[in-house]
Amino acid sequence: MNEKPQYSVMLFKAVSYVLKAEKILKKEGLPHKLIPVPKNISSDCGICLRFEPALQSKIEVALLNKVEIEEVRALKE
Amino acid sequence: MNRNIIYFDNAATSWPKPPEIIAAMQNYMQNIGGSPGRSGHRLSIEAARIVFDTREKISQLFNVPDPLRIVLTRNATEALNIAIFGFLKTGDHVITSGMEHNSVMRPLRAMEARGIDITVVSCDSEGILDPVNIVKAIKKNTKAIFITNASNVTGTVMPVSDIGRIAREHGLVLCVDAAQTAGCYPIDVIEMNIDLLAFTGHKALFGPSGTGGLYIREGLEKSIEPICVGGTGSRSEVEVQPDFMPDRFEAGTPNTVGIAGLRAGVEFILSKGVAQIKNKEEKLVQMFIDGVRELPGIILYGQKSMELRTPVVSFNIAGMDPAAVALDLDERFGIMSRSGLHCAPSAHKTIDTYPVGTVRFSFSYFNTEEQIITSIEALQKISKSRI
Repeated sequence: MNEKPQYSVMLFKAVSYVLKAEKILKKEGLPHKLIPVPKNISSDCGICLRFEPALQSKIEVALLNKVEIEEVRALKE
Repeated sequence: MNRNIIYFDNAATSWPKPPEIIAAMQNYMQNIGGSPGRSGHRLSIEAARIVFDTREKISQLFNVPDPLRIVLTRNATEALNIAIFGFLKTGDHVITSGMEHNSVMRPLRAMEARGIDITVVSCDSEGILDPVNIVKAIKKNTKAIFITNASNVTGTVMPVSDIGRIAREHGLVLCVDAAQTAGCYPIDVIEMNIDLLAFTGHKALFGPSGTGGLYIREGLEKSIEPICVGGTGSRSEVEVQPDFMPDRFEAGTPNTVGIAGLRAGVEFILSKGVAQIKNKEEKLVQMFIDGVRELPGIILYGQKSMELRTPVVSFNIAGMDPAAVALDLDERFGIMSRSGLHCAPSAHKTIDTYPVGTVRFSFSYFNTEEQIITSIEALQKISKSRI
């Protein structure tokens, strides 16, 4: 049986911050996807970044001093 | 476009716009349409990308270090209202110039009624400001300097870099009204020590009306109260306005279709380069001034230097009402100009044209030498016909 891929999500203050992060990650070639913030994580109506947990430290380094990260959470189905 | 129209009213609003602007707005309306920063679906994200990319391009144009420092507004007036009503407190003293537009003077006068002390520094008859007079006006409670980057009446460029140094030395906030310069004159917020930069989208940036913005230097947003609060798409669970940029000052659904056009306009400016645009416009101004300077009865206002002016020329024909000249230019020659006080009564007092005003020609990158020649011939005919 194939295991379902595990993901983490990174939350930001607002959508403009997510888009700033997206531009940086695209430039750095770090795979990610923008998804609506899952309601079990936050009641915010915005979007967040979804990525494979193995990439977390690389993403954090890429965004350091450029985009303020609110929090990183494991995405539960 | 109607080829018989000569449009010389670009300081009011630019026209024609590059076709890319119209295409970008149509593309948003036809293919995107979503609300930026609200929902999570692809059309909403695409709309938010347009808005973010616009901030980024504007940042590039003004050398702003972070796109999130750009608040998008509906025009320069709204940006100036945020800067003036949001930042000043009773007991503050502010310095401004005698060449300001009502977009600065009216909010400042409104604040005067709430206990703000204002010093209006005079300029000479060409509209030139001596920075020494700014230093002389500084008091113990001076908080900020509000200055136009260039006069909308004479095109005279203010010594903003000098004023920026003065502001830095004395710990004052410098707010610059770039309505007449954004897109056609170089602006560097870092080099010029600008803390607040108000700009409009529909003039030299070639965007549609209903667009503009305010750059706020990092950290300063905490000292500025928003003048409009409401939904931002962020922090939805909280019933108080977010304190971070740019959401703190951007309540309500933005003018996304307008912003899509503004983005294309700024892209156009970046692709041509401000220097090339300025160079072309300078030539048109020089050609016009050389062509009319000897006409009987002509009075030209503003300074002689081409370097320190925007493509704006104010003039009168002795013995003629500027409104009658403007009407004649429109009806007989198809030339669109603006007559009167141009929303800047104190500037007209400075150049001694109050209350009658002047006729103003304001050129853009899309005007041609041929149009300048036609306008010189038209003014020859009008000046001959005067009583």
